[in-house]
Amino acid sequence: MSVKLTTRQIGEVTVIDAAGRITLGEGASAFREAIRDIAAKGSAKVLLNLSEITYIDSSGIGELVSGFTTVRNQGGVLKLVGLTKRVQDLLQITKLYTVFDVYDDEATAIRSFT
Amino acid sequence: MSQSNDGEIQRVDRLLDSTLENVDLAEADVTRIAESAGFDEEDLHRIGIAVRESMVNAVVHGNHYSTKKKVHFSVSHSVEQADAGQPKDRLAVVIEDEGEGFHKTEVPDPLAEENLLRHSGRGLLLIEAFMDRFTIEPRIPQGTKVTLVKYKARS
Repeated sequence: MSVKLTTRQIGEVTVIDAAGRITLGEGASAFREAIRDIAAKGSAKVLLNLSEITYIDSSGIGELVSGFTTVRNQGGVLKLVGLTKRVQDLLQITKLYTVFDVYDDEATAIRSFT
Repeated sequence: MSQSNDGEIQRVDRLLDSTLENVDLAEADVTRIAESAGFDEEDLHRIGIAVRESMVNAVVHGNHYSTKKKVHFSVSHSVEQADAGQPKDRLAVVIEDEGEGFHKTEVPDPLAEENLLRHSGRGLLLIEAFMDRFTIEPRIPQGTKVTLVKYKARS
């Protein structure tokens, strides 16, 4: 299974729900395009819900970083919510916990954008 | 402390084309053997990622997806008997590419502050975090050979 991405809007915040695997190839490419589309539409507040992500490799981590910088370069903010322990561990190992704003629940994450 | 290998329990050797499909194949081989060796769910996941990262390095960075270059892959489960200790299950994966060769110093430190926002370069970091032993050496006559080892107490 590759990655499945759906987007929804909660006020000014664009929420991307990601499910499946983000790995080199199809998954990472799909993720990259989704972020680009959202950034191109001018979304300044992006929340990435990773609660249904079962597997992410270093390429997938690279796409998270790429998404973060893409949105930031357009004057926006990208944050993360719903990390599984496996994804948390990866962010710890790679020190990316110092880069991303990470939240356990969506309501708190949405409020953080104000 | 001397060690002897009491013998291989299971082994797979493959000569693979440089494709992403074969990255999946290699990871599946290793996960299957590691599971039969009794590694737990979290170790299976970590070993799988380490193997995936190593295979991607071989296919993409070593062989550049070349149809003329192969990836030499092997995975084995054996029992390692330490004289003064409990026997251990040993999972060893060896992956060799036929590329131009590689040295670890070529990769910028992904944990350095100035590199945290780089979009790539974290594969080796994950391999080292998830395996008990990881070595990189030149492959003769050409390319790079990596060896990944994971141990567990024998139940």
